[in-house]
Amino acid sequence: MPAVQETVERVKRIDVDQYRYGFETLIESDKAPKGLSEDTVRFISAKKNEPAWMLEWRLEAYRRWLTMTEPTWARVNYPRIDYQDLYYYSAPKPKKQIGSLDEIDPEILKTYEKLGIPLREVEVLEGVVRPEGERKIAVDAVFDSVSVATTFQKELKAAGVIFMPISEAIREHPELVKKYLGTVVPTSDNYFATLNSAVFSDGSFVYVPPGVRCPMELSTYFRINERNTGQFERTLIIADKGSYVSYLEGCTAPQRDENQLHAAVVELVTLDDAEIKYSTVQNWYPGNSEGVGGIYNFVTKRGDCRGNNSKISWTQVETGSAITWKYPSCILRGDNSRGEFYSIAISNGHQQVDSGTKMIHLGKNTTSRIIAKGIAAGVSQNTYRGLVTAHRKATGARNFTACDSLLIGDKCGAHTVPYVEAKNSSALFEHEATTSKISEDVLFYCVQRGLSQEEAVGLVVNGFVKDVLQQLPMEFAVEAQKLISISLEGSVG
Amino acid sequence: MSLLEVKNLKVRVEDNEILHGLTLTVNPGEVHAIMGPNGSGKSTLSHVIAGKPGYEVTDGEILFKGEDLLEMSPDERAAKGVFLAFQYPVEIPGVATMTFLRTALNAQRKARGESEYSTPDFLKKVREVAKSLNIPQDMLRRGVNVGFSGGEKKRNEILQMALFEPAVCILDEMDSGLDIDALRVAADGVNALRSPDRAMVVITHYQRLLNYIVPDFVHVMSKGRVVKSGGKDLALELEASGYAQFEDAA
Repeated sequence: MPAVQETVERVKRIDVDQYRYGFETLIESDKAPKGLSEDTVRFISAKKNEPAWMLEWRLEAYRRWLTMTEPTWARVNYPRIDYQDLYYYSAPKPKKQIGSLDEIDPEILKTYEKLGIPLREVEVLEGVVRPEGERKIAVDAVFDSVSVATTFQKELKAAGVIFMPISEAIREHPELVKKYLGTVVPTSDNYFATLNSAVFSDGSFVYVPPGVRCPMELSTYFRINERNTGQFERTLIIADKGSYVSYLEGCTAPQRDENQLHAAVVELVTLDDAEIKYSTVQNWYPGNSEGVGGIYNFVTKRGDCRGNNSKISWTQVETGSAITWKYPSCILRGDNSRGEFYSIAISNGHQQVDSGTKMIHLGKNTTSRIIAKGIAAGVSQNTYRGLVTAHRKATGARNFTACDSLLIGDKCGAHTVPYVEAKNSSALFEHEATTSKISEDVLFYCVQRGLSQEEAVGLVVNGFVKDVLQQLPMEFAVEAQKLISISLEGSVG
Repeated sequence: MSLLEVKNLKVRVEDNEILHGLTLTVNPGEVHAIMGPNGSGKSTLSHVIAGKPGYEVTDGEILFKGEDLLEMSPDERAAKGVFLAFQYPVEIPGVATMTFLRTALNAQRKARGESEYSTPDFLKKVREVAKSLNIPQDMLRRGVNVGFSGGEKKRNEILQMALFEPAVCILDEMDSGLDIDALRVAADGVNALRSPDRAMVVITHYQRLLNYIVPDFVHVMSKGRVVKSGGKDLALELEASGYAQFEDAA
């Protein structure tokens, strides 16, 4: 069955107020007291059995955070967040130390089952052509703040790849964590990243040793479950010389009336000749049809092409969250390094999206490519904000940017805010931008051929974002395609 | 029972009445040509039959196999077997023609409660039809109508007509933008689809097309009405004397 039709089947089963992932898992959890103070930071650090240096690092970030003010430059509006009215740590109470999947709370496993996450073994879509033989996906599941299960450890271990919750990595690989943590996104970087540095609870850590091509796609699913919990995950991925890794992050959160804060930090480092491909599918609860509830997604993602000839590629499909504030960026430090940003950002209902990328060219002959597709429907606002800059010494820097916006209906807005700075005369930057509406004629053509209005919109939009969807690993591209149509449900008619 | 019955149809767009009580009866197996000058309401008729939004039917009815067509959504009409070949087929970037054809065909089949085509069956069917219309495989992989020539776009319309096997085909100005060779290919495609169960309504300015698609009936429209009906010779008569005589009649 074509994906479009499957989508329609799914769309029929939900409506705007019945978010597909809006179920709550009833498990007892272990929380830090409400509010933020040095004690909260100490509590979190103690919970994680962290070494003293880590606690110091957090406290320093916390003290700095106290001196900072929340940024207001993004094109988003939301009521003031009361940072003392949030819980900063929430973990499912484990009965005992978890040794295998069988020991995990069945309630949690059920949640993942509903999400369709392949916890147990390889889940590959039928009929999908697999160019590299059996493709495998290893999942590190983050349930609220703690990684509850990590699969495929054995195979990864054989390849020398380290893939574990960052809390464990701090204890087991302190030399690696110390060397790289905070070197791409410093603790002083910005309000939300600094907050994250103080209170991050868990996240994933990946290290791929020199010359190793990671034998499977690595994947993490984040899910915010506890009421009033900020999810502050921290991800650190290091691709050592000549290595390659592809990482996918997927996010869902149950329906809530209160807005939930999500302030993650992701740091990527590639050394000489290494490559990281980082893909995100984000479909957190966007709030209901009245604009009540939904996730505040204030995320700092940055990659550092530290070595020569290295490459970092970001692909994101953003369909969820009430507010998205997110700019996955690349620092192109090594000569001949390359950065890519492929984005689909969809806003419907009352969603607000301010997203884009920064390509910072420092090394010689560095190249970057930005393909951003924004789709606005309902009464949403969708902004692309991007920076392309070439340093004085970045001779031969090249960038190509294409920003396309598609409007559905006449009450939404699409905005493009590109900043371009070339500090040497040999840099060559190209920028293209288009804004269009789905035309009545196109919709009529499709429905005359038997497609419903919903199917027609889904088809046209999927065509619009095709260039970006192609960048996703195949099995996720299909899922993303469905997600896009679901997100636009109710946007016409 | 007639296949398509248009009775005393009155249609407005905003404040202007475009059709002032049009009547047309089409039986299975028949080919009707509708001719008339610009602005006579030919395209409006085709749009209203297919269900395009923006038209207000103030009086009259359209029956399709005895059912009230005006009560159905455009996609329901398509599933029932109403096909409109567009004068200007739209482009849908990023959607491969093959994907579009398959999605549409299966949507129609599903609406009719029929099983969907499996991929191999579908591919076999498309390839057969495409070959008969001289449509190369690479055209099917390209985005719907994206970068197609005028002739390719029209052939793509006929390809869909052949695939969907509709009961009534309305061809809106199929000859516009086609050179004589492309016109011949398109007309051959249409003729191959003539059958005792299927009717066609061919809308055109010029008699030329009717040399290739020979109609059973010719209707002359002027100012929102059918002012004269006759056999295929009426088209030749029109070609000789022009539409002016009918302007007065209306």
